[in-house]
Amino acid sequence: MEFINVFIKSAFIENMVLAYFLGMCSFLAVSKSVKTAFGLGLAVIFVLGITMPINWVINTYLLSEGGVFGMDLTFLRFILFIAVIASMVQLVEMVVEKVSPSLYNSLGIFLPLITVNCAILGGSLFMVSREYTFSNSVAFGLGGGFGWFLAIVAFAAIREKMAYSEVPPALRGLGMAFILTGLMGIAFMSLMGIDPATMAGK
Amino acid sequence: MSGLIKFLKKVEPDKKKSPFLHTLYDAVFTLFYVPDHVTRNGVHIRDGMDLKRTMVMVVLALQVCYLFGTWNIGQQHFAALGLYPGALEGLHLKLIHGLIKVLPIFIVTHVVGLGIEIWYASKKGHGVEEGFLVSGALIPLIMPPDIPLWMLALAVGFATWIGKEAFGGTGRNIWNIALLARVFVFFAYPTEISGDQVWVSGIESAAAGAAVDYGWWHLTVFNGLFDALGWATFNPAATVIDGFTGATPLALAYAGGWSAVTEVYSVDQMWWGAIPGSIGETAKPLIILGALFLILARIGSWRIMLSMFIGAALMGLIFNAWGATPFMQVPWYYQFYMGSFFFAMAFMATDPVTASGTNTGKWIYGMMIGALGLLIRVSNPAYPEGWMLAILFMNMFAPLIDHYVLEANMKKRLSRA
Repeated sequence: MEFINVFIKSAFIENMVLAYFLGMCSFLAVSKSVKTAFGLGLAVIFVLGITMPINWVINTYLLSEGGVFGMDLTFLRFILFIAVIASMVQLVEMVVEKVSPSLYNSLGIFLPLITVNCAILGGSLFMVSREYTFSNSVAFGLGGGFGWFLAIVAFAAIREKMAYSEVPPALRGLGMAFILTGLMGIAFMSLMGIDPATMAGK
Repeated sequence: MSGLIKFLKKVEPDKKKSPFLHTLYDAVFTLFYVPDHVTRNGVHIRDGMDLKRTMVMVVLALQVCYLFGTWNIGQQHFAALGLYPGALEGLHLKLIHGLIKVLPIFIVTHVVGLGIEIWYASKKGHGVEEGFLVSGALIPLIMPPDIPLWMLALAVGFATWIGKEAFGGTGRNIWNIALLARVFVFFAYPTEISGDQVWVSGIESAAAGAAVDYGWWHLTVFNGLFDALGWATFNPAATVIDGFTGATPLALAYAGGWSAVTEVYSVDQMWWGAIPGSIGETAKPLIILGALFLILARIGSWRIMLSMFIGAALMGLIFNAWGATPFMQVPWYYQFYMGSFFFAMAFMATDPVTASGTNTGKWIYGMMIGALGLLIRVSNPAYPEGWMLAILFMNMFAPLIDHYVLEANMKKRLSRA
């Protein structure tokens, strides 16, 4: 139950992009077509879902005082988290290149740039500051990734639909993307404030 | 008739010298004399022709809601004072009080919204599209009667400017304009728009003994008139009666379930709509009539309406089975008596611009709105009602639904070939 709560919360109620505005760079840049957005979204789900539990293990058993080294190594947190994320992204990149070269080409530089996608590192740091358990961190990774995926795919579909709109010249491109993101944030606010725990009758 | 057209031709302002005036003139002219070329298949299919007739149908369907809303504002006002409990007692007072509240809202909405629209049309050099007629008719109906007019003006400005003109004008917007105006008010001024008493107009507060809030129109103009006619007048010394809270059925249901609602409001009363709420959303039979009219005129999609109903009913059944809070235990069919479900279903969700365009997509879209809206209503303590937010939420996903419906269709046809 706790697992589902955390998943729903991180996917819908506290959406990474639309509530915290994390991972904006690739959200704005790779959302011109649904197909590429779909691919990138899947990659983000995978990377978030894998790095979160790995980082949890690292944080609990290596870096904290109760870990194997018996001393407080949390100052190494950033560099280790980034190292894990970078290696996972490398893995994803190899897989994508092998499985779907066309997607690999259309994602271009933004695939390796998942490494510096704020949503990924931000997710790991949220996990630490919120003191999640291991299973919660898995749920948080998958849920956060899924929320990011939903947001970027919906965003890409809207941008595809708007291809023929007469947007005022000053707003074309990025300007409109920012307005859209803001309005999407408003729409996502509909779910903010729902507490899955109280719904279970507690 | 030919005299009018001659007159109109004579006063036509110069297009180059004053584009704003000319666009305004063009709007009025085409209202009297429709161009022969009219768009036939809905607002979202753009062929550069005239959308007036499509839009006017929706505005027509809303007129009964206006009539009822005007009466209901007065009815709620006097219910708070404990005066004129019968529907037809003090009718002139109720209607005049309602008009004093509705007319300024209506005028401000149109001046701001149409102003922006005409300004943009004149800048872009095309005729004004009457897209705002529908939004402008919807916005007053979903506002609380006592809303400060500057707030309304800001909200309408936001919705027209950011929600529509930035997207390229009528038929291009992704989010429902009327709902954007409402959601702006809702999130920007939460303290002034939430709570129980905002739904009852013309009283200082919902506490017992609070004074009425009459202005120049009530006391000087109409009291003078009614005095002269020998009719009952507005009583500036009246106070709010004991035990009156102004709470809406939804607020009561959230706190104490269905039994708490029926202590204050009867089922009939909720069905016919003599309950506090936004101006035009309370009278269910009239709204259903409007919905039927839209379906017959082939403007509103019956698929969306039906699937939204099914979605909400299914969600209601799930909540009944779940039963964790008093609100969840409200029998699913009673959920439709409270709040603005029917108004959202008939006039908001069916907006052809922001809804899904494909038939399969419409089913998914409607079901999701129904389920999500009830979910927000029942489980989100922050918001009193869910439909506005559920529709905005699904507006965001409508293009995606369409995309995948189209893709699935293409795949199916490819495999057949």
